[in-house]
Amino acid sequence: MAPDQTNLLHGTLDMMILRALTRTEMHCLGISRRIEQITKGTFQVEARIALPRLHRMEEQGWLVSLWGESQNNRCAKVLQADGRGTPPTAKRKQNDGAASP
Amino acid sequence: MGFRHLVSLFRNLLHRRREDRELDAQVRAHALLLADENVRAGMSTQEAQRQARLELGGVEQIKEGVREIRAGHMVETFFQDVRFGLRILRKNPGFATVAILTLALGIGANTAIFSVVNGVLLNPLPYPQAEQLVMLHESKPNFATGSISFPNFLDWQKENRTFSSMAIQRSGSSFILTGLGEAEQVNGTFVSSEFFRQLGVVPLIGRDFSASEDRIGAAPLAMITEGFWKRKFGSARDVLGRSLTLDGKGYTIIGVVPASFDLLGTLRLQEIYVPVGQWSHPLLTNRAAGLGIHGIGRLKPGVSVEQAKADMARVTGNLAEVYPDADKGIGAALIPLREWMLGRVQRFLLLLFGAVGFVLLIACVNVANLLLARSTSREREFAVRKALGATQRQLVRQLVIEGMLLALFGGGTGLLIAGWGMRAALSRLPAALPRAAEVGLDARVLLFSAVASLLTGVLFSLLPAIKMSRANVHSVLKGGGRGGSGVRHRAQGALVAAEMALAFVLLIGAGLMIRTLAALWNTSPGFNPRNVLTFGLSLPAALKQANPETIRASLREVHAKFRSVPGVRNVSFSWGAVPMSGDDEWLFWIDGQAKPASENEMNWALDYVVEPDYLDVMGIPLVSGRFFTERDDEHAAPVAVVDEVLAHKFFPGQDPIGKRLHLNSTGQTAEIVGVVGHVKQWGLDRDDKEDLRAQLYTPFMQLTDQAMSLSVSGLGVIVRTQGTAPVFESIRRASRAISTQHVVFSPQTMDEIIDGSLAERQFTLILLAVFAGLALVLASVGIYGVVSYVASQRIREIGIRVAMGAQQTDVLRLVIGQGARMLFAGVAIGIVAALAFTRLMSRMVYGITTTDPETFAAVALLLTAVAFAACYFPGRRATKVDPMVALRYE
Repeated sequence: MAPDQTNLLHGTLDMMILRALTRTEMHCLGISRRIEQITKGTFQVEARIALPRLHRMEEQGWLVSLWGESQNNRCAKVLQADGRGTPPTAKRKQNDGAASP
Repeated sequence: MGFRHLVSLFRNLLHRRREDRELDAQVRAHALLLADENVRAGMSTQEAQRQARLELGGVEQIKEGVREIRAGHMVETFFQDVRFGLRILRKNPGFATVAILTLALGIGANTAIFSVVNGVLLNPLPYPQAEQLVMLHESKPNFATGSISFPNFLDWQKENRTFSSMAIQRSGSSFILTGLGEAEQVNGTFVSSEFFRQLGVVPLIGRDFSASEDRIGAAPLAMITEGFWKRKFGSARDVLGRSLTLDGKGYTIIGVVPASFDLLGTLRLQEIYVPVGQWSHPLLTNRAAGLGIHGIGRLKPGVSVEQAKADMARVTGNLAEVYPDADKGIGAALIPLREWMLGRVQRFLLLLFGAVGFVLLIACVNVANLLLARSTSREREFAVRKALGATQRQLVRQLVIEGMLLALFGGGTGLLIAGWGMRAALSRLPAALPRAAEVGLDARVLLFSAVASLLTGVLFSLLPAIKMSRANVHSVLKGGGRGGSGVRHRAQGALVAAEMALAFVLLIGAGLMIRTLAALWNTSPGFNPRNVLTFGLSLPAALKQANPETIRASLREVHAKFRSVPGVRNVSFSWGAVPMSGDDEWLFWIDGQAKPASENEMNWALDYVVEPDYLDVMGIPLVSGRFFTERDDEHAAPVAVVDEVLAHKFFPGQDPIGKRLHLNSTGQTAEIVGVVGHVKQWGLDRDDKEDLRAQLYTPFMQLTDQAMSLSVSGLGVIVRTQGTAPVFESIRRASRAISTQHVVFSPQTMDEIIDGSLAERQFTLILLAVFAGLALVLASVGIYGVVSYVASQRIREIGIRVAMGAQQTDVLRLVIGQGARMLFAGVAIGIVAALAFTRLMSRMVYGITTTDPETFAAVALLLTAVAFAACYFPGRRATKVDPMVALRYE
């Protein structure tokens, strides 16, 4: 895949993850399901794609993670969008062309 | 890289284990959540867990995916790869040693040559704004870069508009120093007053000459060099103001020149600098006399050499109008200092640099081949890693890092070789190479060898790495292990062919140099240089004022003394030109023709003022007539002897004997009494191409009175010895026995002089031969390795063939045929490449062309013979294969 396209996809995925996290904090699986729901099943984000992406976004400071509990008391790492580290959307748009979701 | 990124980097690198545990927990939690989802959808617990695992995919792959994205991942895996690479190398010490040594030779040789290139060509000249410095010469009909007459220089200095300063120097003079221990001969240079200042040379102590101190008639001053200061005065600071007696005249010491100053970087020992106005040469004020004076000027800022040339053309044009007698046809030759110093060596250094680059390429190819051959044994390792999810990029990276490790070890060892090799190489050629003293291992050289090592590492490991990482996992793991080996053989064959081609080019280079030197050695210099010794002689300074008769008597006494030294066969004094070491020209016109209007319209000849025994001493053949006798002395009518070139040029079809020549320089009219063979004054190789080749001999005792008194301060002596035993010490004792003020100096045998004129070519030959030898060895090791490897891979096939009745010769043909294909491809490519590359050598060869068919044929034969020998051993081994063993092999 050409690098441009990869970046475009990554950018799109980042935006979708952030959008999924706008209302509430979620764990990885929750985010995947939410994206599936938003896109009406067009995107099914598997763990092998989502997890590295989440770690990357966390390292860049867009997300914060903490260990929390899921609805049925499972211990899981939950993520929330970090207000301070909101991605420089304008800049990303410039870089990625039509990257907005 | 932002701050946050840095924090992540440190966290990841420092708390790798904790981060890993957390990641593990996260992935497991993910699996549990998936299972929970499935249970909610109505599956049984077991089925839910199975489905969750399926959806999740490989846990390790996910974790690796996360790790890869983390900051610091590159660093981490890099160190992992390095550690692993080191382990692999330790496990294969034989392979590692061979590879490292091969690379060390290649990198070492390259570093050594680069350090020479760096010191000589790349480092800036040690003068401020060196690019403004221009060498100045007079261009004359016979000399592109002739010497400048003092009156012309003074006018140039005054009239030019493009130079901020101009100076002259006349090196190679010698003074007799008395009053400081035993009388001795010291090297002196006459300079004009701006000489040191414009070069930015600051005296260690004292001062340099100021503006008016270089005029004729100014007070005698001298600057001494640091070495002389140390030797004669023990570096005492009170040396300033002390008097130095040179040629009987007292000079006041005003400054000390630092030892680091060496204008042309030729390492010629300098001891004394004296203002040019002190030179007592009677022709100093003669506008037509060159006298070996050359100039150097500093251009005004922003002035180009072209502008300066135009300016000087104007100046010399004006002078030619004012002084047509002396200056008609005289121009100014301007050559930037850098080009003057390095123009000649640049070509041959770059040639050697290119050649040594070939050696490194061959070393690379060899190691690449070793890696390819070794890849069989590692095929399974890589297939397993691939099956476990390693990407191609990761495998290539791992192999390239292993290659870099080899290259770095090789580079380190190579530096040791370079340090040693550089000293060895420089010791062969101190004089012919300017700036040799500045060659060393500096930061740039170290950087070069580091970069060369790393690039080499990438170069030789990339191809095997790509090949290896593409291997088919299934077929390898199935156990066959032959997947893709055909491709690899092709790659190895191509590499060996490339190696052969490179070696071929280097061998051609060395071969051409051998043929050139052989041709030069077989070229007769026109005299017999064996057992001929030359040295300088100076008589007591007091004789300068004596009448010519006294000087002649004194010289006859010295001659008789030297003649009686045991081991000496014949002696001749010499004045004027000396074959291959110094030239001197006289002007003449032929009797019966009108005297030319100006000196520039007269004829030129190299002049040799010698004694009757000169012909015997030098072994020059007499062609017709006679040479001088004792009777051709100061009382007899002037006579001359000419060489064949002069005879043919000025008396074509006539007998020159009996003809008379008007000698402008002495005012004499001499009758030609004999014709002798031509001597290659300008060197074995160059002489044919020079314009000025006519040679004229006159008897020493018929020198004018004026020249006779000049000869007191230094004349040449040429001696033929019996056998090779050194006689100079006996001659020195004989000279001292006459008086302590008779000084003999600078002994040099004619053989040494001829060797010196070939030094540059010999240096090139030695290095090219070393490189070509290395290349030949490496290439034959390469072809041997590949042929034996391929033979071992085909052992089963050979077994079957033998079982079916193949004879030993069939097997031999099979194995050697494989090598022959590589060899012939290599030779074919090599011929084409050599035709292209040897064109660069066209100035170095003599007597042959760069496409010399004999050299090409001989090299092709040599390479073929060596390659066949290298293939013969594996072929021989293959014929010994027992079919039963071979068939049971797998």
